[in-house]
This record gives sequence, structure tokens and C-alpha cells, in this order.
Amino acid sequence: MSVDLVPLALLMGAVTYPFRALPLFAPTKDRLPRLVQRYLRLVGPAILAALAAGNAAFIEDAAGRNVFHLGIEWIAVVLAVVLIGWRGNVFVGIVAAVVLVAVGRGTIGA
Amino acid sequence: MIEQGASATGSSNEDLGAARRDLVLASLAFAVSGVGFGLVYGLAAREAGFSLIEATSMSVFVFAGAAQFAAVGLIADSAGWPSIVFLTALLNARHLLYSAALAPWLAGRSRLERAAMAHVLTDETFALSLAHFQRLGRTDVVGYWLAAGIDGLSWPIVTAVGVIAGQLIPNPAQLGLDVVFPAAMAGLAVTIATGRPEVAAAVAGAALAIVGGIVVGPAVSIVAGGLLAPIVGLLFERDGEPSR
Repeated sequence: MSVDLVPLALLMGAVTYPFRALPLFAPTKDRLPRLVQRYLRLVGPAILAALAAGNAAFIEDAAGRNVFHLGIEWIAVVLAVVLIGWRGNVFVGIVAAVVLVAVGRGTIGA
Repeated sequence: MIEQGASATGSSNEDLGAARRDLVLASLAFAVSGVGFGLVYGLAAREAGFSLIEATSMSVFVFAGAAQFAAVGLIADSAGWPSIVFLTALLNARHLLYSAALAPWLAGRSRLERAAMAHVLTDETFALSLAHFQRLGRTDVVGYWLAAGIDGLSWPIVTAVGVIAGQLIPNPAQLGLDVVFPAAMAGLAVTIATGRPEVAAAVAGAALAIVGGIVVGPAVSIVAGGLLAPIVGLLFERDGEPSR
């Protein structure tokens, strides 16, 4: 069985790990300037919303390029946001979004 | 395991139990989606010429689905390793933001534990644990490992299954599983957007991701949204009233 690509996997892991680890070993919260603390507090909602929008708004075309796309995924994400905001239950929101998309694709091919 | 002033009173334990229950349920939803895409990844890797060991080692050492899918495509196109490694760094640069945002919560842990936590820090683990910590108002290391374990441990396993038997499973997109990720991320953003600055940062992050994605592509624009949108949020803080 080939193992030729294992060194590539190790290299990919080696360039990924510092991004994951370095800030965890940086100065602790109390030693950071207050502005940086406030900034870091806002990174969470900012990056989560960016991930949601980036994943809902773009699909890969036949050539493997990411292209802007308006589809039922947008409605499903909005539904999830409304349900999670209302009920405070992430699981319910996710299930509702999946059901909507599965039904939509099954019936209208959205 | 619980830090920053946790109480052992009944109501506190009930809050913790309810929060962990919700965390596990949300983690399971991610895991179901992850299983589908792990199988697809394994199948794609096999079709690109990966052996079982090669495909699985990527899931163990890289532990980042988007970069792995990209690598499979590039290998299939006979791309050189430097370009694959460079693209991996670009795609995974967003983890720097996750780590920075979680650093204050995990500062009390040992270096060894933080080193281990870093390896399993994924999109899902970050989103789930940050929302969990903010809900509790304190760090819950058990919660972090629950999120990482439920979502992460299955990834190398389903990769291997995908290499061996991936052609037997249906496309997860047909089941709507591809919407789990954006729906959960948006929903978790809602749970931690507790004030005007957070809401402003979230809206700006989404807008930057879409507009930037059209111009330069989603991989770069998501990182740009995470970097720049908090500045917009800071503009919405009232004088002398930092966000909660």
C-alpha cells in the first residue's frame, strides 16, 4: 500500500498547526490591551457569520470554481437563525434547515 | 474542569447540564454531516489515487476538511506539493482567529493540554465551544473536549470507510446535509451576538464574506470578514460601554 503522500499530509499539518496553536500560547487575557480584548470578543460572531455566509452563498461549478449562488440554502439558513434565536436550540434549527433543503431539492430541484 | 468561578450549587449544575446537553446535540448534528462528507472525501481521495493510509493520514495530520478536499483535487490534477502546501496554509489561516478568540478562555490550562486542544481546533469545535463558554460565562473544558471528540474522532474513521466503501453511500448534498454547516454557524453566531457590537460584527462579517467572495473568492473573504468585521463592531460600542 502506497505511503508516498504521507509526507505531504505531514507538511500540510505542519503549516496548519501554528495557526491553531500560536495564539493559545500568547500572553494571557489580563496582559492584553483592553482594545485587543474587545476586538477578540467580536471575532467570534464575525467569523461565524462569515463562515455561514461564505458557505451558503457559493457553490462549486462543474469546473471546480466557487461561484455566487442564490438558492434554497439561503432560506434554510435564515430559518435556522430565526428558530435558534427564538427557541435557543441549535439542534432544532439545524434539523429544520436540513429538512427544508432536502424537501426543496426533492420537489423543486432548488 | 470548570473555571472562572463556577459554583457547585444546584442551579449552576442544572445550567451546566442543560448547556452540555445542547452542546452534545449540536455536535451530533455536525457529526452526522461530517460523516457524510468524510465518506465523500474518502471516495474522492481513492479516485484521485490515494491509498487508505494516505487518505487517512491526511485526516489525522491535517484535520481540516476544506484543505483536504482541495488537496485531493490538486493531486488529481498533478499539482506540485509546494502549491498544495501553500493553499493549505491559505485555507487554514482562519484558525488563527479561532485560536486567538479562544485563548482568553483556555489560558488557565496546561501547555500540554493547550497543545492538544490546538490540534483538534476546527470550525465546528470553535463555534460550539465559544458559544458554550459564553452561555455559561466561564470555561468548561469538558465541553470543549465533548465538541472536539464528537465532531473530530469520526473524521479519520469515516475517511477510511469512504476509501473502502464510499461508492455505496448517497451524495450528502441530496439529503440536505451540506446546509448543516452554514445553518449551524449562523445559528451559533446568533447565540453569541448578545449586543449591538456583536450584531454589527456578525452582519459585517457576513457582508464581507459575500462581497469579498465574489471579488477574490470565499477562502480569502471569510478570513477578511473575521479580521475586519470586529472593527465595525467596535464602532458600535457606546463610550465607556464595552460589549458584554
